[in-house]
Amino acid sequence: MRDVAVLGVGLNSKWGELWEMSLRDIFVEAALNALDDAGVDRVDSIVVGCMTSGLFVGQEHLGSLMSDYLGMNPAAATRVESACASGGAAFRQGFLEVASGAADIVLVGGVEKMTDVGGDEATYALSAASDMEYEAYHGITFPGLYALIARAHMHRFGTTREQLAHVAVKNHRHGARNPAAQYPYEITVEDVLASVMVADPLRVLDCSPITDGAAAAVLCPVETARKLSKKPVVKVLASAQASSTIALHSRKDLTWFESTAEAAQKAYRMAGKRPEDIDVAEVHDCFTIAEIVVLEALGLVERGKGGQAAESGMTALGGKIPVNTSGGLKSKGHPVGATGVAQVVEIARQLRGESGARQVEGARVGLTQNMGGTGGSSVVHIFETV
Amino acid sequence: MANPARYWREIPQRYRLEAGKCKTCGTVFFPPRLVCAQCRSRSFETVRLSDQGTLVTYTVIRVGPSQFADQTPYAVGIVELDGGVRITAQIADCDFEKLAVGLRLRVEFRRIQKQGEAGILCYGYKCVPA
Amino acid sequence: MAGIIGYGAYIPRYRIKVEEIAKIWGADAPNYKRGLGLEEKSVPGPDQDTITMSVEAAKKALRRAGIDPREIGAVYVGSESHPYAVKPSGTVLAEAIGATPDVHSASFEFACKAGTEAMFVCLCQVESGRIKYGLAVGADTSQGAPGDALEYSTAAGAAAFIFGRDHVVAEVDETYSFMTDTPDFWRREYQHYPRHAGRFTGEPAYFKHIRGAAQGIMKKAGLQPKDFHYVVFHQPNGKFPLNVGRQLGFTREQIETGRLVPKLGNTYSGSSPMGLTAVLDVARPGDRILLVSYGSGAGSDAFIFTVTGRIDEVRDKAEHTRALLDGHKVYIDYGTYAKYRGKILKAE
Repeated sequence: MRDVAVLGVGLNSKWGELWEMSLRDIFVEAALNALDDAGVDRVDSIVVGCMTSGLFVGQEHLGSLMSDYLGMNPAAATRVESACASGGAAFRQGFLEVASGAADIVLVGGVEKMTDVGGDEATYALSAASDMEYEAYHGITFPGLYALIARAHMHRFGTTREQLAHVAVKNHRHGARNPAAQYPYEITVEDVLASVMVADPLRVLDCSPITDGAAAAVLCPVETARKLSKKPVVKVLASAQASSTIALHSRKDLTWFESTAEAAQKAYRMAGKRPEDIDVAEVHDCFTIAEIVVLEALGLVERGKGGQAAESGMTALGGKIPVNTSGGLKSKGHPVGATGVAQVVEIARQLRGESGARQVEGARVGLTQNMGGTGGSSVVHIFETV
Repeated sequence: MANPARYWREIPQRYRLEAGKCKTCGTVFFPPRLVCAQCRSRSFETVRLSDQGTLVTYTVIRVGPSQFADQTPYAVGIVELDGGVRITAQIADCDFEKLAVGLRLRVEFRRIQKQGEAGILCYGYKCVPA
Repeated sequence: MAGIIGYGAYIPRYRIKVEEIAKIWGADAPNYKRGLGLEEKSVPGPDQDTITMSVEAAKKALRRAGIDPREIGAVYVGSESHPYAVKPSGTVLAEAIGATPDVHSASFEFACKAGTEAMFVCLCQVESGRIKYGLAVGADTSQGAPGDALEYSTAAGAAAFIFGRDHVVAEVDETYSFMTDTPDFWRREYQHYPRHAGRFTGEPAYFKHIRGAAQGIMKKAGLQPKDFHYVVFHQPNGKFPLNVGRQLGFTREQIETGRLVPKLGNTYSGSSPMGLTAVLDVARPGDRILLVSYGSGAGSDAFIFTVTGRIDEVRDKAEHTRALLDGHKVYIDYGTYAKYRGKILKAE
């Protein structure tokens, strides 16, 4: 397998409710930004990560659509889906194409256009990441599923309602420094605790929002990157993916994400790194409790102690291991299919020293963790400047 | 969601809690499967799950999908039925303050959804305090 | 001899008091309570209907009967609130209890006596030998038009009976039916609420037909009111069963055990059948019971039962009806009641 580098990255300019932009507009804007950043004009292959353009806008065949609208025909183009891990899974596919020698320059893009449907249809579309017949049929909802995890974690480890709130507060503090974020402003613990209850104990401010947005990355062999780019070369040290049961009730342990733990183990092994070596991470905080459990599954904190991470400042900018310097899904937004790729964009910029007000000083090794549904799939990547 | 054929084929599970027990290793799957996730065997027998269980975790949905508007807020949880199989189900007839990990429950037949005012009615299991 | 081999009832948890309804319509609550002999009624939850209640009542009947549901040859639900106008409630019920596919089913309707009609037909099928066991249910989630007098009493509940020839709990000694074309209460196709003819629903309707069936069956059986330990009448309100009982020569004591209406309301097709389950919960072997239903339109079905020794073995295999009525209740306000009963106009 060849060594793979991230040659260029880009997002569309702002994430949020983009009434004037269609699904293809958003993707093309992000892709062009990434191509410009990479300094290339043509690619061999395109991989599109998107959870469900079918349910949100009634559009399928995104590979062909995006290749066409980017003027890249006849490049091979495919859509990859893994619910909320679609972006990370798409990035993994792009990585494999370059690593295997099947392609030399690959564009990976993640996109979701969520506001062309009303709240009810959006909820339905998102619920498709769960077991439709045995979870969604009973009206569990996504916040409901994560609320079940939160209750189990609180019951077993004594994680508190305030500790959950600290995750949202920290991510907003980071997001306030990110002009492209959907909600680039700070919030307080009191704000979180006073927000409307959605699914006990999770409130509105524990939940990532509905967002339109896209992110893209250009991949090529490390050797090519050294030739083409003047920027620090960001190498993909590891790419790993793992699955777990689709239904939460089929898991042995409701307070753990087996797919994340598995993917992380594989990734650390492949990268020759340990959790302590990670300088900065972007993880899947679809709900505040998710970040808490993910940190444990990544081995960044001890089992059961995830609640203390944000509360103690460990995962804040300036802390031991800054997590979600972009603002995370909570503050930056969560256009489902785009998230996994946007995580790569943030880490690449951190490792290149381009993160400005949210720069982690001396960051050399970064990790992204993207997760689908309630942990039915997880994708973990590790990056290093070489 | 409630297309007739799609609903109808799950009736043995929704109405009678029919599960599949692997003949080789004894693991029970609900709903039944074609291949055992434990031992890869493809040989199963039909068994019925217990109608008694214990609440493992729960939440109260306060912002729910519109088809549950008349019932919101409602409680949902993961229930471990006696015998070990877990299901996701609404917890009905229970004051929210009484919800607790470990609460003993029994299964009751309820209407889960309706397909509008003219579509089919979809029934299934909910759990009530034992 | 054929008879009931298992029985069960179901009452939803919610209740609304007469005062709560009266408050909304500016009615004189104390007077209504006195006049109707009614304090509160049961209300079905938004996830309950005639089918769900029938299933739960039938499961209790099965527990008491101790039979394999696959041996049930017919499943009939009598109601005036079948969830489907076309597709029998019994199809879902039979599937839920595991009686399918070798089974008859149909939906019965005869206002409040649809349940006892279903019971009669099951009994006959068993007596003829065509089926081994038959399940008959009387259940309703009856609807009262907002502001109408009936809104105080229309309630929800179900009673299920399994009929058979072996290990009988209550033998059927005699049956009778008395029916005429009397338009006292009806609902036209596509109308949401039924209509009634006010005071005409009394003497020419309820009283005439109950007396007709009761006197008819007692004459046929050569029995008198004093020969019965219990009598259960259809209960549209607390007063009517006491009045007709007095007219026929029964005592208050004979009537009281099966008179659930003051705290339950009128469960329509479930009304007298549920009263019968409450009697079976406390009856002793050898007790003779008279059951007389009434359905508007109009007619009454009568049955004479004799309780067997087996009652002592089965009565405690499921919850008693009085316990369902008095325990775990939750009072709701009129707004919640209107929401649950679909009386609030929603957007398309």
